[in-house]
Amino acid sequence: MSYLAITDLQKHYDDYHALRGINLAIEEGEFIVFVGPSGCGKSTLLRTIAGLETSSSGAIELDGKDITELASSKRDLAMVFQSYALYPHMTVADNLSFALRLAKAPDAEIKEKVQAVSKSLQLDALLERKPKELSGGQRQRVAIGRAIVRQPKVFLFDEPLSNLDAALRVQMRLELARLHKKLGTTMIYVTHDQVEAMTLADRVVILNAGQIEQVGTPLELYRQPNSRFVAEFIGTPKMNLIPLDQAVKQDSAVELTLLGKSIAFPTSRLTGDLSNQTIMGIRPEHMHLVDHAADLTGKVELVEHLGSEAYAHILLSSGQTIIVKASARIDLADGQQVHIQLEVDEMILLNDQDRVISASTEGE
Amino acid sequence: MKRSITRLLMAPSVILLLIWMIVPLSMTIYFSTIRYNLLYPGQNNFVGWMNFEFFLTDPGFFPAVANTLILLASVLIITVVLGVLLSALIDRPFWGQGIVRVLLISPFFIMPTVNALIWKNMMMNPVYGIFAWISESLGFEPIDWLSSFPLASIIIMVSWQWLPFAILVFVTALQSQDTEQKEAAQMDGATGWHIFRYLTLPHLARPITVVVMIETIFLLAIFAEIFVSTGGGPGYDSTNLAYLIYNQALLQYDVGVASAGGLFAVLLANIVAFFLIRAVGKNLTV
Ligand SMILES: Nc1ncnc2c1ncn2[C@@H]1O[C@H](COP(=O)(O)OP(=O)(O)O)[C@@H](O)[C@H]1O
Ligand SMILES: [Mg+2]
Repeated sequence: MSYLAITDLQKHYDDYHALRGINLAIEEGEFIVFVGPSGCGKSTLLRTIAGLETSSSGAIELDGKDITELASSKRDLAMVFQSYALYPHMTVADNLSFALRLAKAPDAEIKEKVQAVSKSLQLDALLERKPKELSGGQRQRVAIGRAIVRQPKVFLFDEPLSNLDAALRVQMRLELARLHKKLGTTMIYVTHDQVEAMTLADRVVILNAGQIEQVGTPLELYRQPNSRFVAEFIGTPKMNLIPLDQAVKQDSAVELTLLGKSIAFPTSRLTGDLSNQTIMGIRPEHMHLVDHAADLTGKVELVEHLGSEAYAHILLSSGQTIIVKASARIDLADGQQVHIQLEVDEMILLNDQDRVISASTEGE
Repeated sequence: MKRSITRLLMAPSVILLLIWMIVPLSMTIYFSTIRYNLLYPGQNNFVGWMNFEFFLTDPGFFPAVANTLILLASVLIITVVLGVLLSALIDRPFWGQGIVRVLLISPFFIMPTVNALIWKNMMMNPVYGIFAWISESLGFEPIDWLSSFPLASIIIMVSWQWLPFAILVFVTALQSQDTEQKEAAQMDGATGWHIFRYLTLPHLARPITVVVMIETIFLLAIFAEIFVSTGGGPGYDSTNLAYLIYNQALLQYDVGVASAGGLFAVLLANIVAFFLIRAVGKNLTV
């Protein structure tokens, strides 16, 4: 029995079907990230867990108790909102102690907890300030502190970092990871930023149009996506998806034909049937520019230099543009002809239903 | 150079406003120092403080001041308390919310005179008023509101007239209240009452200040309701300052004493405003 179990959860807004049968099991102490494009139902799912939205059908169990119908004030969950939602008329100290005061905790205990939290989040000097006298990062920390003070069963975060500037976001991300390590409390974190998802999560839940596409560790999702949606969603720049001319299954290998060249793909990795139109997926970092004839040939369209690396946009003879990761010091002229070597081990195959039909290589 | 042009361009409106204010005020001051009774034309000699003495020693003076303040305080309390409660109540969505809001706001668009007539003839009349009908059907003697509780009757009428204004301001203010804050409080274990007490009321501090200020200006000068319903009586029981001044000017034709009363009313308004701003004005800086 898992700590938080969601069974066949459905949510209808008036005429919009926002959650279409969510099944999810979360273990105690896990850091779970819900990620997906805007409008896919991440917030709705989180808010339904929080009890701020009522589900249309389905069940939510927490710690062995059915909480589907329970008021959010009784669920013992804490939420950090995107807008922080600090109480504007209260000082930082009062914001932090609000829940404890409502629960009629003894004064000494309240004081002790508020002090402990404000110390660990470096809020000591700000305790007497009102929220509007704080910077964005400070407000963020108060919002997190307000959740921590209560020692809830689960922390819920709805895009908590999206209002911060880039540098602060990276710093707060680290602080959140550290916090999770220290507290060991279950956390559910919503974001549309896959970098946040990959760096923070024990397991990532990828949502698409009100349904779970895939659940897995960040590395699993990266190496073994099971659909085109996940393959394209995880990783920047996106995975290259190249339609094959032909894919023929033979004894030991599948012979893939691509723009006149042929590539051997081990049959042992095949998990599904080849379809009429098979698509090959490969990430920019798994292709290499080489100076001898190799798997693919194309013309340089544009090179993006990021300092530590460069991404070459290369036009294939089929008219498709693919992105290849190159070394930072690469010197390519626009229109120059280049040869590309593929790492077959890292390749995936998709059928015409956009499902992945290959398994990643074991080991490593 | 630039500043003098700015001033020059501003001058017409400033001067106009100044004249607008100065002329009536100085004429009132002038009238209050002369003998000016319409029954004795031509005898407009300077009399010093005598008009003020007349007004302040008038048997209606103390009742009028007391009634003015009681009326002001009661209507403020009723409209603010009921206004806050009703607005909070109709803030969450329910079936028919739109029509309920319109109905709650609509008394504000009824003329004070008509308002008073409705209450006098249809609600409070001891013979065919609705209140009388209710107490009769419950087996009680009907009450003659306007003669038994004249000031309370006026307070009810005026509150009915001004409650919509308070609701209008508060409902608008509530719509700007952040829902995520309320949800955060909910997750912190707050009940509806807690949210009202710790989030909604503080959020309404400024609108409440605004309502109190604006209503005060108008409530100090309530006249039509009294004129149409009780006529200030019985005795001086429902006479306020505005009505007393009217009494001096048009029933006794004494413009001089009426002007003196007017100046006293200005003074009273300033005193009330001073205390109000001291009491609630600090909310404006929050
Ligand atoms: N209160 C609501 N009423 C109707 N539709 C809603 C409501 N809240 C969200 N939706 C719809 O549900 C979908 C999912 O919303 P949401 O969970 O907020 O997405 P996101 O993944 O960006 O957080 C969106 O298409 C949105 O338009
Ligand atoms: Mg969202």
